[in-house]
Amino acid sequence: MSAAIYGLLGAALVGIGLFGLLVRRDALLRILAFNLLGGGVFLVFGAVARRGAGAGLAADPVPQAIILTGIVVAFAATTLAVALVLRLAAAKDRG
Amino acid sequence: MIADLLIVAAIVALALPVVLGRSAFTSVALFVAYGLLLAFAWVRLDAVDVALTEAAIGAGLSGVLLLGAARRLAGGPPVEDAPPGKAQVALIGVGCAGLAVALGAAILALPDPAPSLAGPVMANIAALEVGNPVTAVLMGFRGLDTLLEAAVLVLAVVALWALAPDAAWGGAPGWRQPRAADGPLALLARVLPPIGVVVAVHILWVGADAPGGKFQAAAILTAMWLLPWMAGIAAPPPISRAWLRILVAAGPVAFILAGFAGSALQGAFLAYPQGYAKAVIIAVEVVLTASIAVALALLVLGPPAEDRDA
Repeated sequence: MSAAIYGLLGAALVGIGLFGLLVRRDALLRILAFNLLGGGVFLVFGAVARRGAGAGLAADPVPQAIILTGIVVAFAATTLAVALVLRLAAAKDRG
Repeated sequence: MIADLLIVAAIVALALPVVLGRSAFTSVALFVAYGLLLAFAWVRLDAVDVALTEAAIGAGLSGVLLLGAARRLAGGPPVEDAPPGKAQVALIGVGCAGLAVALGAAILALPDPAPSLAGPVMANIAALEVGNPVTAVLMGFRGLDTLLEAAVLVLAVVALWALAPDAAWGGAPGWRQPRAADGPLALLARVLPPIGVVVAVHILWVGADAPGGKFQAAAILTAMWLLPWMAGIAAPPPISRAWLRILVAAGPVAFILAGFAGSALQGAFLAYPQGYAKAVIIAVEVVLTASIAVALALLVLGPPAEDRDA
């Protein structure tokens, strides 16, 4: 049951994140919105993992491991996006 | 059940103002709180490994990175794109709500019983001699994914450094922080690192059999490195240093070497020799932890800045 609740939360976060990504113009807010979207996708996957409980485990470890990898990659992408935004702002300042 | 609903309501209540907020600074602060609550959600989903990573990376390191960026960007030139019209915003809202509802419906319609790889993992975990199934998947059954992910971090560092202005190339990454003479930051930057390093080593070590592992340990080590930097006590090393570059690449290289050793000894890339699986896994994880910690720190610090005194 709790898996379904968090799965629905993930779906809501995907909607909220996509909305922010499309409507907001501030680059940093877009990066935040994109992270909300990503968090929603991870939660949906986490709900799938929770439903796959079995063999004495409370959740399927394979999706969990992939989510873990995903969080680190998403963070790396975020740092790159932030660096691009800062560099762009610095270039505008000078020009 | 009630706890779950409260967590869900709180996360939505934080996520909405992140997107709708007026100032980037407020949105970032809310985003950090959202990350911490998300860690609770992961615990409730029985994903403690993910919860540790989310708290350390999603809330902690992201917070440092984004708050710093929000401060740098404050007072900058306004955005030039034309704002979307009212009708356009309404249309986007309806579209996004429709997507969320469709995704929700798909989640409620998932097949029962759910397909699961928990059985195969537990049936084969004895061969890897580790007790934490998530670690077994990360280092064993899906080792190639983890290897590629470690390589992504190296690529991200390379891409980030490529953004350095010509004049700053080879200099120390990030902006110089003002020295915090006293106050909580100055105290924590001196007191926390020794404790944090011990905690990180513990989390790395227990990761073989309990929730924890290299990503979580590396994120804590990174935080312990960033604290003295934020307090202005220690400056990061210039990116031209050879040892720094070697350290960043060492993790994936060690992983690849272990993979080829598997090819030679066992006939398959990333296959671990029987009886030595845990020893090889721990050895690779130790190198990976150091490498990931340095890469994460460099990613948070950013490229070398031209105007170091600004």
